[in-house]
Amino acid sequence: MEIQERAGERTLSLVFSGEMDHHGIRDALRRVELAVDAALPRTLTLDFGGVTFMDSSGIALILRAQQRMQSLEGGMILCNVPQQAKRVLEAAGINRLVTIKS
Amino acid sequence: MKKTPVNEVKLKFPSRSSNEGFARGTVACFAAQMDPTLSELEDIKTAVSEAVTNAILHAYPDTIGTVSLKIRILQENLLEITVRDRGRGIADVEQARQPMFTTGGEGRSGMGFTIMESFMDSVSVRSTPERGTTVVMKKRLSEKSRKRA
Ligand SMILES: Nc1ncnc2c1ncn2[C@@H]1O[C@H](COP(=O)(O)OP(=O)(O)OP(=O)(O)O)[C@@H](O)[C@H]1O
Ligand SMILES: [Mg+2]
Repeated sequence: MEIQERAGERTLSLVFSGEMDHHGIRDALRRVELAVDAALPRTLTLDFGGVTFMDSSGIALILRAQQRMQSLEGGMILCNVPQQAKRVLEAAGINRLVTIKS
Repeated sequence: MKKTPVNEVKLKFPSRSSNEGFARGTVACFAAQMDPTLSELEDIKTAVSEAVTNAILHAYPDTIGTVSLKIRILQENLLEITVRDRGRGIADVEQARQPMFTTGGEGRSGMGFTIMESFMDSVSVRSTPERGTTVVMKKRLSEKSRKRA
């Protein structure tokens, strides 16, 4: 899985591509945290446009990122979530905990 | 009397995380002969990914063990997937199946079983501590006649 960072004026976009499973997120949790700590954004956007598959590993990543942003008193948005990943979020009830922009 | 399945395949692989994608891809390929819809195929792949990841991550936390995968087409449109490990086992299966229950620490959310249950018609879990865990999942695919309609 690949992560591209796009930092703006107190915003940070992380663009994910590839398979977001346990194998794929091995280093991703840490990389997300490092990127957030470096940019200290008011708003973090997780762009899932390139995610070809996601399982519960993606849920942990999303919830971790959200916690990090809450501790910075910032917000988080999830965007471009493909159908398969969206169904996983719904099955886990995560769609009620995070802001998803389609 | 035991009915012979329409078709079946069995495989074993070491519990390396790089085999997660292989396992769900293999199941998707095999299930393709049932002419599933795209969303049925995605459901199946996701459930397999959860079960296989659990075997890799929880059954063999510090060793490489063997994961067995059996895929059977029981009837024209009834798929059964069995994921078995000979690992650590689960002491309390009912508790393990609860949403948010995890022993996996920060990279885990405790939603794996919940996702399997939501994407498959039935999920059964048999486990013995120190002996291993067997997860059997079944899904009935939509009738082809209905899909064309
Ligand atoms: N094959 C297995 N062997 C041993 N323990 C298991 C196995 N499968 C599941 N478990 C136990 O059941 C718990 C719940 O599993 P579940 O898949 O629901 O959540 P998780 O794997 O912890 O997190 P997630 O799947 O959301 O990443 C695990 O934390 C683990 O303790
Ligand atoms: Mg799991």
